[in-house]
Amino acid sequence: MDFSLSSDHQMAINLTRDFARKEVAPVIREAERQQQMPDFILPEMAKLGLLGICFPARYGGQGMDYLSLGLISEELEAVDSTLRVVISVHVGLNSMALLQWGTEEQKQRFLMPQARGEKIACFGLTEPGAGSDVTGIRSTARRQGGDYVLNGEKMWISLATRAHHALVVARTNPEAADPHEGLSAFIIELDQPGVSRGDIHGKLGVRSGSTGWLAFQDVRVPAENRLGEEGEGFKIAMSCLDNGRYTVAAGATGLIRACLDASLRYARERTAFGREIGKFQLIQQKIAFMVQSYEAARLLYFRAGWLKNNGRRNTRETSLAKWYATDAAFQAAAEAVQIHGAYGYSDEYDVERYLRNAKGEMIYEGTSEIHQLMQAGYALGYRVDTPLRKELPPYDPDFWQAIA
Amino acid sequence: MKIVVCVKQVPDSAARVVVEHGEVTWGDAPLVINPWDEYAVEGALRLVDEQGGEVIALSMGNEQAKEALKHALAMGCKEAILVSDPQLQGVDSLGTARVLAAAVQKIGGVDLVVFGRQAIDGDAGVTAAMTARLLGFPALTLAAGVRGVSSDRIVVERAIEEGRQVVEGALPAVLSFTKDIGEPRYPSFMGIRKASRAEIPIWSLDELGLPAPQPHTSWPAVLNPPAREITTEMITGATPQEIAEKLVDKILAEKVL
Ligand SMILES: Cc1cc2nc3c(=O)[nH]c(=O)nc-3n(C[C@H](O)[C@H](O)[C@H](O)COP(=O)(O)OP(=O)(O)OC[C@H]3O[C@@H](n4cnc5c(N)ncnc54)[C@H](O)[C@@H]3O)c2cc1C
Repeated sequence: MDFSLSSDHQMAINLTRDFARKEVAPVIREAERQQQMPDFILPEMAKLGLLGICFPARYGGQGMDYLSLGLISEELEAVDSTLRVVISVHVGLNSMALLQWGTEEQKQRFLMPQARGEKIACFGLTEPGAGSDVTGIRSTARRQGGDYVLNGEKMWISLATRAHHALVVARTNPEAADPHEGLSAFIIELDQPGVSRGDIHGKLGVRSGSTGWLAFQDVRVPAENRLGEEGEGFKIAMSCLDNGRYTVAAGATGLIRACLDASLRYARERTAFGREIGKFQLIQQKIAFMVQSYEAARLLYFRAGWLKNNGRRNTRETSLAKWYATDAAFQAAAEAVQIHGAYGYSDEYDVERYLRNAKGEMIYEGTSEIHQLMQAGYALGYRVDTPLRKELPPYDPDFWQAIA
Repeated sequence: MKIVVCVKQVPDSAARVVVEHGEVTWGDAPLVINPWDEYAVEGALRLVDEQGGEVIALSMGNEQAKEALKHALAMGCKEAILVSDPQLQGVDSLGTARVLAAAVQKIGGVDLVVFGRQAIDGDAGVTAAMTARLLGFPALTLAAGVRGVSSDRIVVERAIEEGRQVVEGALPAVLSFTKDIGEPRYPSFMGIRKASRAEIPIWSLDELGLPAPQPHTSWPAVLNPPAREITTEMITGATPQEIAEKLVDKILAEKVL
């Protein structure tokens, strides 16, 4: 077993850390107050290659592996969750699905500009009336000649107002005996008649990120924009989550680290009863738990990344990593605020933002409850993963790095 | 143009550098490329972006200094060379300049040798000038930018306290850049992979034909800055007016103004 990171990995970490610390950290508090994503973020992430990190160079990507995707997610979220959310939806939930399920033509048309960061992508699964229960999806895509006609509404969609492309899951067969099989996935170009969208304000966390809604009214979607086969939408959506959740797990790991670092700094600096508060055992215990959960969360996402690199199914391991890391991040953030006392309760310090952002992670990409059901299901043998028609391709450095 | 950029591996600027038992230590803080040298690499790369040519990164240090060189490669330098030798342990600025000058000569055909303004660990800021002297090249230090280059001359704008000064020198020359050259670029992932795979040659003193350096300066003692006694007092009040009045009284009473 080899736990060491390669020099490529280390340099990817350094690059991402430098960007996040130098450019985002100084402006994040103000962006949170304004509830506005600074305009430079997406173009700058594109320029650095972060938006195409783990895609083959022939599709406009940077040719790095899936572990690198986790590592940059950790580094981004160690500064702010909204940066990692960009990676989760643009890379994890959307572009990786194109790599996995897309036809060669779809990869050229959609993956290529997305990997280059020329087009931004989002993921539209959730609806006003359907979250955890995907079978509750009401959006419809009716076949009409060579096209589909899309109607419906998607809610809580990260980057809704920033994206050019959306992967949307809609019902193509309302009569399907198993409602899972009545769903299909589509790539929707958002700049077209019948699409409207907006941002949601007043969120608890990721305030400087974009979370919004998409509405479709008689939007014509050419059949060649369908991803996978008709009726395959549920399976595709779940495979998207295998990748999105991986980035959330890694990101939450970074959030735990941020809580730990902030707590260490403050515990050494703040004094009470004549000594620095780090000398009190009750403070030490909080720090010890943060160390423990950081290390454990990191190993869990490393394993998921390793499975992905090797082309092995990782739904169970990724779900476990996501559930563990996000619950632990919320705990760590709550304790980090506690260690900071009243100062932690104000946005003069970062820890209150960590706490608000950590709560969201326990909700999106499968609530903590859903992950518990999954884990129990696997353990009890009620849940078994069957092979997919198309699996995420294993990482092959020669193929990834060669320019076609 | 053939440009050599000299880079040094130093403790991270965020590291807490202290003296313990008479030795300088920065704990387990990471080592990074000297931040001023990143500007030097940027300046050198900008020159070849405009003029064509190649940038070679050169460092003197131990095996760890390869990381600084890899960073320079990832930013876009074509090659990297490390000079490393157990006899260089604790070498002073003049010794360093001798080594760098010899390496520049061994590389051969160099038009420009570029430095950062100083290294954030030693902060002596003399290596560029000393290297120039040893090579017999003109030293154009603290350059904020390059105004023009011809086949045998270079014109730079120097950032000095009184303002800007335009100076011209013959090539080959030694140049040191300040921050004004512009923010260093981020490495690219292509550059990162190239840097990871790069075989960085290591030159010894023997290969440079140099004897073991005899330091002219040494550090007989290093001391921590005296600990400062700071007391903090929060001034409170019902209104900003009241707080400001109390603050003014305090400032006057303490004779700060
Ligand atoms: C900031 C943010 C960004 C988001 N971005 C996206 C995005 O980009 N794309 C997208 O499609 N969606 C996105 N979402 C939506 C998110 O994925 C959903 O909110 C999530 O799936 C939960 O669905 P819900 O909110 O409808 O809750 P519900 O499903 O209504 O759940 C309500 C509560 O019931 C519990 N519950 C539900 N079913 C069960 C069960 N069987 N057993 C036990 N408990 C259960 C849940 O755990 C939860 O506690 C985002 C959400 C947020 C907050």
